[in-house]
Amino acid sequence: MNSREITTQISKTANFLNLKKWDYGASFSNDYSVQVDKGEAKQLKASEKQILTIRVWNQSNLVGITTTSDISESGIKKALKQANIASDFGNKNESTEFSPLAKDPIKVKEIKKRNPVGIKKLLTLLREAEVKLIESHESIKSVPYNGLSESFFERVYANSEGAFRSYSKSQAALYLYARAEEKNKKPRSSGSVKLGYGADDIDIESCIKEASNKTISHLNYSSIKTDKYLICFSPESFLTIINAFSSMFNARSIIDGVSLSNKNSIGEKLSTEALNIYDDGLHEKNISSTPFDGEGTPTKRLCLINRGRIENFIHSESTARIFKTTPTGHAGLGSKVSVSPDWIVVEKSEENFDLKTSLDHSTYEGEFVYIEELNAIHAGVRASQGSFSLPFDGWLYKNGKKISIESATVAGDIKYLLKNIVNIESSQELTTSGISPHIWVDELSITGDA
Amino acid sequence: MLSSQIKSNEIVFGSCNKDLLEEIIFYGIRLGADFVEIFIENTDNSSVLAEEDFITSVSPSFGRGAGIRIFKGTKDGFVSTNDLTKHGLMRSVSQAIEMLDITDNKREVFNGLNEHRDYSLSKKKWINEVPSIHEISEKLLVSTKSLKKNNKIITRKGSYSRNLQEVIIASSDGTYVSDIRLHQTVGLNVIASDAQYRSSGSRRFGSSGMPNEFRLWDHEKAANDVFESSMNMLYADYVDAGQMPVVLANKFGGVIFHEACGHLLETTQIERGTTPFENKLNEKIAHESVTAIDEGISEGSFGSLSVDDEGMEPEKSVLIKDGILKKFISDRAGELRTGHKRTGSGRRQNYSFAAASRMRNTYIAKGEHSKEDLINSISEGLYCKSMGGGSVGATGQFNFAVEEGYLIKNGKLTSPVKGATLIGEAKEVMPKISMCGNDLELAPGFCGSISGSVNVTVGQPHIKVDSITVGGR
Repeated sequence: MNSREITTQISKTANFLNLKKWDYGASFSNDYSVQVDKGEAKQLKASEKQILTIRVWNQSNLVGITTTSDISESGIKKALKQANIASDFGNKNESTEFSPLAKDPIKVKEIKKRNPVGIKKLLTLLREAEVKLIESHESIKSVPYNGLSESFFERVYANSEGAFRSYSKSQAALYLYARAEEKNKKPRSSGSVKLGYGADDIDIESCIKEASNKTISHLNYSSIKTDKYLICFSPESFLTIINAFSSMFNARSIIDGVSLSNKNSIGEKLSTEALNIYDDGLHEKNISSTPFDGEGTPTKRLCLINRGRIENFIHSESTARIFKTTPTGHAGLGSKVSVSPDWIVVEKSEENFDLKTSLDHSTYEGEFVYIEELNAIHAGVRASQGSFSLPFDGWLYKNGKKISIESATVAGDIKYLLKNIVNIESSQELTTSGISPHIWVDELSITGDA
Repeated sequence: MLSSQIKSNEIVFGSCNKDLLEEIIFYGIRLGADFVEIFIENTDNSSVLAEEDFITSVSPSFGRGAGIRIFKGTKDGFVSTNDLTKHGLMRSVSQAIEMLDITDNKREVFNGLNEHRDYSLSKKKWINEVPSIHEISEKLLVSTKSLKKNNKIITRKGSYSRNLQEVIIASSDGTYVSDIRLHQTVGLNVIASDAQYRSSGSRRFGSSGMPNEFRLWDHEKAANDVFESSMNMLYADYVDAGQMPVVLANKFGGVIFHEACGHLLETTQIERGTTPFENKLNEKIAHESVTAIDEGISEGSFGSLSVDDEGMEPEKSVLIKDGILKKFISDRAGELRTGHKRTGSGRRQNYSFAAASRMRNTYIAKGEHSKEDLINSISEGLYCKSMGGGSVGATGQFNFAVEEGYLIKNGKLTSPVKGATLIGEAKEVMPKISMCGNDLELAPGFCGSISGSVNVTVGQPHIKVDSITVGGR
């Protein structure tokens, strides 16, 4: 069944079961991926997936939900029945409704959907990339983590009041993580990830170059003394930390009591006035952009921090109603609707007079730690408490030299970090999770060899 | 054309599918595959969330699908689909064959499937024996109410999930098995707050194959434990960073061995060349006080299984005996590519993943010391009572958060400390585990890796590590 036929089938079956109010979200995908090992194909994968999530409102306006991969007539009927049974246990304390924006026009940027290049070409491209990466430096012995994939998918939202949205797109991803070894030294590893609308859009050469340069740059390493340091966060690592603490801007987290913010935090000063942060799922550089969320609300650009102060929260339908505002396009369909950011954009505002602009990662000659990539986010972040303790890959810059740091962690509080931003560099860089300039923070704790 | 129209030749759960499975396997062999494996599943899951004094989420789900894996030499092609018709499964076989670019004329022999090994016979009644949503909701609400012990507790959550998975596994070596797996897990979480101080506490419990287990769960004891943990940590200071001896508590303390060493003993790591233990079989890799085991047979444990996802009964694998490396955890691809015999450890999250060598119930065996012996032996160090999550990097470095920690001074536990992380490398830390307690206990968890998220058990007695880097402020 295609998405229109599914909508018709759900409508017909819901009528038969006397279910007046329903909505659904669905995704259909075809994925192809390859991995290689020293020139040989290791694993080749193809998958065809379909997932349907149906919500049903009962006569008391309580919601029940069911998710299934069975989109046959009988599967749809079973899902509607189960959702109806689940609605008996619907949340009486917080109601859920259709998004008031579920029928609003959506901004669909030019659809960049590519045709599949096929497994054989993916394999050829990845084999060539692996060979080039290994040949790029004598110390690079293998590329243990690698993969090239392409996905083609359609997402749908529809409800019993006639809302219907659908879009389809393609996406490809390449990751190369090299391992370098030198005599009497520990092995070192680093890598690169690149996305594109299709395999032919991926800049494979730059992925190889980046993986090689990063890996080689960690060959000469040393432990770091445990102390407080001036830190320069790479765009990628700063976006990682902002995403990890995005519950500060998340209305769902605020209602659930797991956010550092509260309902009255709009306007709260968190940082230097030079800092602006947006969530911009529709950004032209966001390859993973989606024009609507799980409730059918259009995606839009939203300012989260304006001149250092909290400007907006991200919302679903129900959180927006509780906060007396409109949904922002950040909902994920579920029994309890989740809220999450799309794509973070960090900018330097015009109010940037208090910044120490001499701090530039490419020219600054004083001592500082450059954090290239933060790891183990799921383990080292306590979002509800605001604290973090995270291992990282990076370098110590000292006396005009840079040396890779062996096995260290950076620890602190997100509010302390934001308040201690001392410079926001001018140039923004594109990453897979958003856009940000390099950000400098003073006096963060690093644990290395004590 | 609706896909639900009655079709002949479709996989039907609970029926004999032997002829159809043989036909599909034969089709793959005839097209030049060295080996054909079919994994088919039918799932019936549900989860319930209680927040404060309300049920806020009930999420049933069901689905079915197939994963087909073809080997040619050491290469494999894997295709997953929701289409369980003969046509859909054959199309998947063709797709896998095409991906592998099989062109040679060498043909393997397929002699048909062996006698059906049906592990599901005594388990079909489980679906009727597990607690109803109503029963689950009532107990979760009682549990979250038990967490409300003072006004410093600002958030209370209880969650339950039940996964019932029916599987059929058939392959060209004659394997033909069916099984039903049941996993139930329940967790409690709190956040405590007082002025600028905040802490959290959480515990998770889980079982496999025991429909009645949730009813027997002692929610009051669990609530007391979570509450006490959050209160103990509420006013804790940040730990000072440094190198120091640590004592790791039993149960979930075993997560460090699982992450930092266990993964390095999976054959997938040998295939990648990312384990320092590759050529260390029968060599000393740990302190002589360490014996480590991975098995899938402990009754009711979260990582136990009657048969793995490649149709092999799980074995008890002694990985490390008195500090000497004895065995790797292996699956079919691991045996093919590294030569290490299969251990009944081929596991996957669901049909959309190819099986890989994965841990099951993994633990350090008990020693002879009491917990007090370990703590008394330390003049200044850290006691890690409860561990959070962690990760291991591509070069074997690990990092683990300590959820509940206490300073040890002159052989006694003193003040609680927060913000600690343990940092190290398995091959450097394993020789430093100098004392093992006599109080082995296991704890359930979920392990995410190459073949998705699988249920596992971690465990250990209390252990002492002579020196490790503790990250802090």
